[in-house]
Amino acid sequence: MDVGLLSRIQFGLTIGFHYIFPPLSIGLGLILVIMEGTYLRTKNSLYHEMTRFWVKIFGLIFALGAATGIVMEFQFGTNWATYSRFVGDVFGSALAAEGIFAFFLESGFLAILLFGWDRVSARMHFVATVMVALGAHFSAIWIVVANSWQQTPAGHHIVGMGETARAEIVDFWQMLLNPSTLDRVSHVFMGAWQAGAFFVLSVSAFYLLRKKHLDFARASMKIALIVALVGSLGQLATGHMSARTVAVTQPAKLAAFEGHYPASAPAGMYLFGWVDDEQGKTTGLQIPGFLSWLVYFDAAAPVTGLEAFPPNDRPPVNPVFQSYHLMVGIGMILIALALGGLFFWWRRRLFEMTWFLWIFVFSVLLPQIANQMGWFSAEVGRQPWIVYGLLRTAEGVSKSVTPGDVIASIVMFLLVYILLFILFIYHLNEKIQRGPEAPVAAEGHRT
Amino acid sequence: MNFAFDLDTMWYMLVGLLFTGYAILDGFDLGVGALHLFTKTDRDRRVMLNAIGPVWDGNEIWLVTGGGALFAAFPEVYATVFSGFYMAFILLLVTLIFRAVAIEFRSKQPMLWWRRFWDVSFNAGSLLTALLIGVALGNIAHGIPLDAAHEFTGGFWSLLNPYAVLVGLTTVTLFAMHGAIYMVMKTEGELHDTMRRWARRAIGVFSVFYIATTVVTIIVLPHMTVNMRNHPWLFVVPVVNVLAIINIFRQLRRGRDFRAFLSSALSMAALMAIFGIGMFPNLVLSRPDVANSLTIFNSASSPKTLGIMLIIAAIGMPLVVAYTTVIYRVFRGKVRLDSHSY
Ligand code: HDD
Ligand code: HEM
Ligand code: HEM
Repeated sequence: MDVGLLSRIQFGLTIGFHYIFPPLSIGLGLILVIMEGTYLRTKNSLYHEMTRFWVKIFGLIFALGAATGIVMEFQFGTNWATYSRFVGDVFGSALAAEGIFAFFLESGFLAILLFGWDRVSARMHFVATVMVALGAHFSAIWIVVANSWQQTPAGHHIVGMGETARAEIVDFWQMLLNPSTLDRVSHVFMGAWQAGAFFVLSVSAFYLLRKKHLDFARASMKIALIVALVGSLGQLATGHMSARTVAVTQPAKLAAFEGHYPASAPAGMYLFGWVDDEQGKTTGLQIPGFLSWLVYFDAAAPVTGLEAFPPNDRPPVNPVFQSYHLMVGIGMILIALALGGLFFWWRRRLFEMTWFLWIFVFSVLLPQIANQMGWFSAEVGRQPWIVYGLLRTAEGVSKSVTPGDVIASIVMFLLVYILLFILFIYHLNEKIQRGPEAPVAAEGHRT
Repeated sequence: MNFAFDLDTMWYMLVGLLFTGYAILDGFDLGVGALHLFTKTDRDRRVMLNAIGPVWDGNEIWLVTGGGALFAAFPEVYATVFSGFYMAFILLLVTLIFRAVAIEFRSKQPMLWWRRFWDVSFNAGSLLTALLIGVALGNIAHGIPLDAAHEFTGGFWSLLNPYAVLVGLTTVTLFAMHGAIYMVMKTEGELHDTMRRWARRAIGVFSVFYIATTVVTIIVLPHMTVNMRNHPWLFVVPVVNVLAIINIFRQLRRGRDFRAFLSSALSMAALMAIFGIGMFPNLVLSRPDVANSLTIFNSASSPKTLGIMLIIAAIGMPLVVAYTTVIYRVFRGKVRLDSHSY
């Protein structure tokens, strides 16, 4: 195997693992702000208890996100040196801004969030919570800006030729607000809110089923349900906008999403299917004309298909098709779950419905899977380009690195990450089993 | 050499400043990690951990941001060094992960074997991190083989040359000294007295390594002293450095622990400055082909990008310094163990 393929595997593995944690802390960050804000407004100690419990969980998630994030920061240099030389002028500033504007904020105020309970006033603690949540959202903005520039480069020009060619900024704002930035940042936010909301739903449902911490669980569930609904509906809207942008900026990717081959023809949308790339054929259950309609609001409008591109400019079709459809399918299920939860809450039956609560317990996995599949389809759909239309993935690799080096590092990361994952699940479970602590005031009454 | 204040030079100094911030801040928590295993009781070890508990992650961000700034300002250097020192950096990343996780998980279980395992991980992770950082600096000063396309042509083992190892060990002793002084500031009672003894001993050991490195550098790497010799006023920096180290002793003896810590921080800043002055205008020296070296001229980003980055830094860094100060103030004073502690 060559360094290119191995480095792709390594990058996919390490970022995929990192991306388990950030959506949780972004979403949970928002929920913490709501909980602690409610506490400050109502002075109801239940919300204080809730904030304290979810802050503990947040701390654990953050620790793993931070530990795995460091790896990402340096991997562009270790494995993708040629790409780093090519993009540094444009891309580096986004990465540096992430450190300056986001990580410092987040990790600094996290100290107060976790350890500052007795050292600062309640108001100051809330400020820290807001800062941490903001920091988490900022880091998503900057890193998605950087990635969006790779998907839809703008605001740059190319200097030099061949081996020494590189992209340089000509317009910072165009680079920042490249054609896909807004769609993708908002889509990523919604995915993160869903991840946080369904996580809280899952734990709360579990307590309700076990008949433990009932007030705590009900109050947590209500907040989470509202966030879940906003996130899920927002996800449909932002996903739709993303798809329309992809149709214009990366037509080969859109064609792969739907397994659409004819160079130019009206296109339908598959509910599910299978792509045979050898034959150039997709089979499955299709709504005819629906893709054309979604993109152009006209069921008969032609959509560019894969045959309009030479074979070496096409992404691998079936993996992209499958991951994309899994994401969209899960998106629909999550909307249904959020609406269902609100409906039963309104009918005052939610907290007793065992079967529905059990679905919530397991629903925590769905946003996680959809988030991973979303990135997978967006990134693999971009292939064979590492910077769309400008630099090929195979040309982006480090030249001084050998396949043996990369195999060794993959093995090392794999072992460490398996250990980390076991530790994470074990301690998460322990914290959940222990549950929230009774409020300090109540403790005084016990003898 | 001329010190024109063009953007390239400014970013040379700013990147240097970020890494100096990293050395001073993460330096003490790496140092605490290096000493941690030598304390005897579980309580002492928890005190050590919780002394850095609220701040170590923020400290590490200086490295992350320094890396990002290097990527943006000198992409050639970022690409060459990180791909060239591939295995060394992967090892560094793994040690950083282990350290982080050890802090988080150590005190979560009561079992002896559990705590022992994470104690060793924390200690080894801290020591190796310090060593690897020093070895990388040593190689950059010593010079590494680069080809015309700025690609590293040496191997992993060639990085472990005697000079680089010497710088690596010096870095370990420097951080250990800095960490011990930090602990003097954060502890009371018996542990405080122990730390005081360790700090004094650590200053001694560091001084020996420091003198050795200086002598070897002057003899073996004459290029590292050219700038100093051409601009004798720059000798102020090493003088400040020596005075700062002496002052650590003085302040410790008087029981002014915070001032001792400031002196230690100042001596680290001076050391980084000496390194930066010695290297300028090179970022990575190529050896034997000096012509292939990475300098601020052939590896910098476009003036446009450097200008934008300057604005980002001018807005962001004062904020960072402001709230970092606030947070350190919130957690000032001796360590108290409570229910939120690690
Ligand atoms: C700022 C840059 C950036 C960001 C934010 C992401 N990626 Fe990415 N990704 C890359 C930059 C990149 C890259 C360095 O450009 C890679 C390496 C090879 C390639 O073509 O693109 C890549 C490849 C890559 C691959 C392998 C694709 C292939 O080689 O076929 C996967 C599966 C992912 N990424 C997944 C993710 C996930 C799950 C992310 C969510 C956090 C993510 N990426 C964010
Ligand atoms: C390749 C791209 C990425 C790089 C280089 C990267 C880098 C990092 C680094 C260095 C950290 C640790 C900060 C600390 O120590 O506190 C981190 C954490 C974090 N990252 Fe990433 N990251 C990447 C992808 C992403 C993406 C795609 C998102 C969100 C959409 C994201 C969001 C976060 C968040 C919220 C944190 C805080 C820790 C946590 O909450 O889990 N990152 N990242
Ligand atoms: C509801 C229907 C959904 C639609 C129509 C949709 C559409 C899309 C499209 C078109 C892209 C590719 C954007 C690009 O390559 O530039 C994408 C990417 C992505 N999706 Fe979705 N999506 C949906 C649901 C979801 C859900 C439920 C999640 C997670 C909870 C999710 C998470 C992601 C992520 C993380 C990405 C990669 C980042 C990005 O490119 O924006 N999506 N989605």
